[in-house]
Amino acid sequence: MRPTAARLLNILVPVKRCVDYAVKIRVNPQQTGIDLNVKHSMNPFDEIAVEEAVRLRERLKDHIKSIKVVTIGPPKSSETLRTALAMGADSGLHIELPDSAPAPEPLGIARTLKAVLDREKEQGRKVDMVIMGKQAIDDDLGQTGQMLAALWGDGDGVAQATYASKVEVDVEEGVARVTTEIDGGAEKLRCRLPVVVTTDLRLNEPRYASLPNIMKAKKKPIEKLTPSDLGVDLTPMLETLKVSEPPKRVGGGKVANVDELVAKLKEAGITAVA
Amino acid sequence: MLRARPLIFTQRALVRNYASSPSPHALVLLEHRNGSIENGSLSAISAAQQLGGDVTGIVVGSQEQVPAVLEKVKKLQGLTTVLHATSPKYSASVPEHVSPLFEKLLSNSPPYTHLVSAHSSSARALLPRIAAKLSLPAVSDVTSLEHDPSGSTTFTRPIYAGNAIATVRAPASIPIKFFTVRTTSFSAAESSDAATVELKELEPVEVTDSPTEHLETQIAQSDRPELGVASRVVSGGRALKSKEIFDKTIEPLADVLGAAIGASRAAVDAGYADNSLQVGQTGKNVAPELYVAVGISGAIQHLAGMKDSKLIVAINKDPDAPIFQVADAGLVADLYDAVPELVEKLKQ
Repeated sequence: MRPTAARLLNILVPVKRCVDYAVKIRVNPQQTGIDLNVKHSMNPFDEIAVEEAVRLRERLKDHIKSIKVVTIGPPKSSETLRTALAMGADSGLHIELPDSAPAPEPLGIARTLKAVLDREKEQGRKVDMVIMGKQAIDDDLGQTGQMLAALWGDGDGVAQATYASKVEVDVEEGVARVTTEIDGGAEKLRCRLPVVVTTDLRLNEPRYASLPNIMKAKKKPIEKLTPSDLGVDLTPMLETLKVSEPPKRVGGGKVANVDELVAKLKEAGITAVA
Repeated sequence: MLRARPLIFTQRALVRNYASSPSPHALVLLEHRNGSIENGSLSAISAAQQLGGDVTGIVVGSQEQVPAVLEKVKKLQGLTTVLHATSPKYSASVPEHVSPLFEKLLSNSPPYTHLVSAHSSSARALLPRIAAKLSLPAVSDVTSLEHDPSGSTTFTRPIYAGNAIATVRAPASIPIKFFTVRTTSFSAAESSDAATVELKELEPVEVTDSPTEHLETQIAQSDRPELGVASRVVSGGRALKSKEIFDKTIEPLADVLGAAIGASRAAVDAGYADNSLQVGQTGKNVAPELYVAVGISGAIQHLAGMKDSKLIVAINKDPDAPIFQVADAGLVADLYDAVPELVEKLKQ
């Protein structure tokens, strides 16, 4: 006997292909953006999201029915999906954008993800949990998860748990207990499923995909769609006028010893407090 | 053709509405803790004033919280009006509970043209939720802004961990521009007994079937200045080796300087310091008068959070550490010798 459908969870993990976090980026001479001809990899916060989904399955075993990863981006984003599949996700969905398309905004992404969630539901795979990064390290906006939580469901939106550092799912009760990081401390929330969780760095330590898993991932299915298949428009509402270099800091001044350092501090008006 | 004509007229009428854009009127989210207004919100008021129009504040909280906060907002310069809404549900600022109030306030052609807040963790969680409900975009972590009489607002904001600056324009067609401001880029609004702020109560919007229940808030206690707004910060990195050594080395220096304590991600991950003390792209952004980096190599992500500091001092034994490229005073030395010596010599 299969357990009742209500106890099986489907998880969706949106991932983004970003310039690798260790790359020192350069603004292009036209000042329209940065030189993208550099190493790319999965947004680090999304790796944490994939890892958390896989760990939830390891903890909850058969209660997790599927882990699907989705990306919205140019053709090369499918590499990012393969990475996520090698980490343990079951299937991928690539909403493909042309290379020339402008970078979509969080609201457009959230609408696309909502359309994906509706489509999953129609196809009998109602999603219970979306786990995603708290921000992408390229645009540093940190909005998509919250926007998706607002749009998902019928009207009032669903629960959101942002900057999660711990996630526990109680399948029987249909709730997630999430510890989130806030300025100056932490907060504990009890969220009814479905929920959108966004990951903080401290949620987990993502695993490296092993070679056998990378080979296996090649056989896992990746479906391709376009924004128009989902009836969404990703045209940005904000105009990027310019991307420029930040003001250069004239650093590099070294001092020989502590005495010189103290002198330099005094010169700047910095002394010990009483 | 003939049938299409009335439609064209309607569209023209709409365009004309855009052209005669209303003068800016910002609504600023005033966050509070323990009866005090958060410093970030004071900076948000200054940012809102730069739009050149009216500035209204909004305070949301429980019956126990709001009265004390109102006593303080009454004296804030730069605000004309403060709206306040009280409900037991608003005590912990859960976006699912607070968002409906803002949605109601901001739908059906409100007077407000901008929704402004500090780039704090709770505002970051709330604003995008409200924006999405109203089908509006949001701009995060703004460092400067300019409002055009035609109704568009241009913002600058750091991207790629502060390694590039994007200039983005929210055109006049976006009726309410949502943005969060980088606190360290705007001065704090001041208090004055002469201020005349009008207080207006708002009906709370009660959420009957909330999907989220707030269970607990844990705030790390500290007698030191708050990291995000401290004028001096002493930060420690991985080189401190353990929590005991971190405390033993960093605390005396922070004490003698009256500084807040910060940490690199490596130090936080290794458990030497609390999460809330992390400085960098994924932690706090600081721009104090003095930033002392002890045993921190200076990874891109760390520099993102502190390179706007006025005076950067680095103590590291690796002369090639990237931190020295931004430091005004770099000392290549073993921190175990240099820091105690520095503490002693500062005391003299």
